[in-house]
Amino acid sequence: MDQVAGSRDPGAAASHPALDAAASSPPPGAGGAAAPDVRAVVAEAVADSHGRIVAALIRITGDWDLAEDCAQEAVTVALERWPVDGVPANPGGWLMTVARNRAIDVLRRATVERRKLAELAVLADPAPAPAPTSDDRLRLIFTCCHPALALEARVALTLRTVAGVPTADIARAFLVTESTMTRRLTRAKTKIAQARIPYRVPSGAALAERLPGVLAVLYLLFTRGYDSDGEPAFAAEAIRLARVLTELMPGEPEVAALLALFLLQHSRRDARRDDEGNLLTLDRQDRARWDHDAIAEALRTLPATGGPYALQARIAACHAADTTDWPRIAGLYDRLAEHLPSPVVQLNRAVAHGYAYRPADGLALLAAAREGGGLDDYPLAVAAEAELTARAGDRERAVALFERAAAVAHSYAEQRALLARAEELS
Amino acid sequence: MKYMMFVCTDTEPETDDSAVPDIDKWVAENDAAGRRLEGDQLAPPSAATTVRVRGGQLLLSDGPFAETKEVIVGYDILECADLDEAIEVVRAHPMAWHGRIELRPFPGA
Repeated sequence: MDQVAGSRDPGAAASHPALDAAASSPPPGAGGAAAPDVRAVVAEAVADSHGRIVAALIRITGDWDLAEDCAQEAVTVALERWPVDGVPANPGGWLMTVARNRAIDVLRRATVERRKLAELAVLADPAPAPAPTSDDRLRLIFTCCHPALALEARVALTLRTVAGVPTADIARAFLVTESTMTRRLTRAKTKIAQARIPYRVPSGAALAERLPGVLAVLYLLFTRGYDSDGEPAFAAEAIRLARVLTELMPGEPEVAALLALFLLQHSRRDARRDDEGNLLTLDRQDRARWDHDAIAEALRTLPATGGPYALQARIAACHAADTTDWPRIAGLYDRLAEHLPSPVVQLNRAVAHGYAYRPADGLALLAAAREGGGLDDYPLAVAAEAELTARAGDRERAVALFERAAAVAHSYAEQRALLARAEELS
Repeated sequence: MKYMMFVCTDTEPETDDSAVPDIDKWVAENDAAGRRLEGDQLAPPSAATTVRVRGGQLLLSDGPFAETKEVIVGYDILECADLDEAIEVVRAHPMAWHGRIELRPFPGA
């Protein structure tokens, strides 16, 4: 592993007078021109190493706030130093060293026992063993996703602590104020401490029981909150975390499947809307605008076995192919509905059967799905009935259904797309 | 780490009795392992008296402080390494199946 050059060695950071003032002093003038570049490098290094740093510091100190504060201070110091001294050869290692020195400094002042200090001292030494830090990140993910925490708190805590997303950004996606989100995060961390939620990756049967919950948090994180372009606000973070998890748990097909599913869904981000911002259905998207590298990676890593995420990823892969194999998709939805008999899965299964076979088959399954409940006035259910009715040849009824779907649509973009389809048919 | 188990009834109990664990076995196992420090059943809520003092005046009322369909019917105090171990102990208690159990840590214990 590359190490920080001597002149930039942050090993002395804790006692360096200039660094103690770093948080309050203005950036040095020399950094002015290079600042935007350095900011990008810092952002990349932070995204890559934040979870690693926080996870290691929590393991050793048991103090979540201290870990986050020290990681944050390392970033502040990097923004001060890198424009002047240049970017170190190993930005992640540099940040880890500065954060560790901060932690030593704080703990020294608090006179903690020597053992923790000794452990910290070896943490970012010249040849750090990669294994423990990897385990630390996994531990952190499993603790943040512990089922004894509220689901929303798990998503927020994972974003904040593992991915290093600022609290303000998380608050925006959850539609709450920053102070509310800060309270929620504090409450979750307090519960972890008071109820003694272990900082550990479960093993054996417990792992099989807990892993789906972790994947569900990542999935929620992928879908949680949409920015102004209709993109999931945290898609990039979800993909990054899924990559880390794939790396750390290579034997789990559902983990690899989740990453493949994210890559496939995210590959269409630039093609989902036309120039006027209207939502486009898959068959109308410009396939040249799909991210073909992401699709190739997903197809390469998609496991042959697995549960619900593998089935969903395989369905997404069918949609990414040049010609859509509807009978295969219908078969995959049959299996997915056995794992996950949710109303939305039943709806998609009905549509797939309607496209693969006769529209009437789809309409029959749709009627059955409706009887199961949960689809009343769901715009996509009405739109699906409209599309299948159009395919069955009853244009007049299809137009009326598209107009009804538009009336209950959740967004203006959706509404416009549905009205355009009604217009086309009449 | 000490945890209090509030053992409660529930309006929607498990209907399949075949896999529900045995209480005597649960007590024996956890006593032997040193995980169960103490515990007992409680008399029904009809025997409860709620006590308050307001403005120096003693106020008594008949029955439990919360009128709910779910009632606390017993308690146990556990000594476990962490929440995961406590959850594993509680999942093997018959009232986790027939009722519900609240696990509450003692502060700093």
